Amino acid sequence: MTDNGDKTVEAKRADAPVATQDESARQSSGTTNLPAEREGPKPKLDIRNLDFYYGKHQALKNINLKIPEKQVMAFIGPSGCGKSTLLRTFNRIYSLYPNQRAEGEIWMDGQNILGKDVDVNLLRARVGMVFQKPAPFPMSVFDNVAFGIRLYERLPKADMEERVEQALRRAALWDEVKDMLHKSGAALSGGQQQRLCIARAIAVKPEVILLDEPTSALDPISTARIEELVMELSEDYTIVIVTHNMQQAARISDRTAFMYLGEIIEEGETDQIFTAPREEKTQAYITGRFG
Amino acid sequence: MPNHILKAFDEDLARLDEKIARMGALALKTLKQSLKALRKRDPELAEKAIERDREIDRLRAEVEDGAVAIIARRQPMANDLRQVVTAFKTAGELERIGDLSKNIARRVITLAQEKPPKPLKKNLKRMGKLVIAQLMEVMDAYANRDAAKARAVWLRDEEVDEAYSSLFRELLTYMMEDPRTIGLCTHLLFGARNLERIGDHITNIAENIHYMATGERLDEHRPKGDDTSYILPGYDDILDDEEDEDDEEL
Repeated sequence: MTDNGDKTVEAKRADAPVATQDESARQSSGTTNLPAEREGPKPKLDIRNLDFYYGKHQALKNINLKIPEKQVMAFIGPSGCGKSTLLRTFNRIYSLYPNQRAEGEIWMDGQNILGKDVDVNLLRARVGMVFQKPAPFPMSVFDNVAFGIRLYERLPKADMEERVEQALRRAALWDEVKDMLHKSGAALSGGQQQRLCIARAIAVKPEVILLDEPTSALDPISTARIEELVMELSEDYTIVIVTHNMQQAARISDRTAFMYLGEIIEEGETDQIFTAPREEKTQAYITGRFG
Repeated sequence: MPNHILKAFDEDLARLDEKIARMGALALKTLKQSLKALRKRDPELAEKAIERDREIDRLRAEVEDGAVAIIARRQPMANDLRQVVTAFKTAGELERIGDLSKNIARRVITLAQEKPPKPLKKNLKRMGKLVIAQLMEVMDAYANRDAAKARAVWLRDEEVDEAYSSLFRELLTYMMEDPRTIGLCTHLLFGARNLERIGDHITNIAENIHYMATGERLDEHRPKGDDTSYILPGYDDILDDEEDEDDEEL
């Protein structure tokens, strides 16, 4: 958005290796002798031995992955490889459907979010989600954003107005909608609707934002706006994005995981994945040689 | 490596490879002719070499345009991206090799009347052969994406540097012995210098090939055989001593 925003994003990225060194310092004082540089920054989500089933069909096979805090992680892979399925385990949205189950562990800040005692409503407030097609509720722009907040908090009118404005500003939508807050959300353009959905997701102050193909229905300009927004949001949030658009993953993510047939074939820094992938399959996929 | 789903992409990349191969062949021919012209004092042959350089320049522009078009239209990734970038850079290196060869040929026209001393002729020929072999090898490595071969070429540049150093010393000696040879020897010195520079461009190509084939840089320490920056007639002994001290510190 602003020059300032860009700089902060840059600064944060430049900081990342420093965080790694801190990590290694902490580790070397502990008992473990693992090579520290492989560990990277602190993981927000730590997925361990995750399997996922749609009825009898196994859609994810033994996923082990760490998703670093306040970075953008992209999942790429051909249709049906399990990337959306994996994303949907992070807020347990799959549990809305019968016959879908996950086995294994997903640790977030010391808690296994797949555990029985987890309050899924609270989990979904901490892990927000934005879908492929912008889905504003059939209500005003203001209420679309206030809706989520009302689920979790009771706020006086003035506070609520401030929170909604904050969220809309954060989603880079405020200037475009400030004079039409009480018009229907459906009256906005596709790109604006998607930013409205992002505003709705961040209004409840989540820690993680899941984006499932958030720009596949948008034109290039709206797509660029969302991408810019995603990079900006990664200053404060951990972001996981599923995308069919490899260029998009290359443009906005810090790390990329390539999935195929329910497995993570390769995961690494985005620069490395797109210039010198280690696995043949990754290379074949990202260079357009698959199948 | 299987083909791209999009066939036109394969064709684009193949065309780049083909042009680089042609550039390599032309640069080699120019270099060989220039050296032969120098040996035989043959201005006509030298003219031919100079003429050919234009085609190399034209091919360079074609490779660069082709690479830019591929980046714009195909958004190459991974090994494809490395191939496109390597082609772009290699075209530049080959063009420089063509220029330097042309420069050797130009001197032939100036030197047509002069006769160089026999041993010098032999040493120049030897150095020329070495550089020609390096260029052939490196283009071979390019065509086959052969990182090991590229690395071998890269390491062998030390021999080219050494050949240059000894030629440098030799020419210096001739000039001190007989100042009438200074004109001739200066031209020959530049010729040798051009050959040494060609060797450096070949090592650049080798580095590019290694990156293209493996995704990793060739950044180990490469031994250098060119010590001519330290040579000054009459001061050899003093400077040698100083160099020894430096070595000990390292």
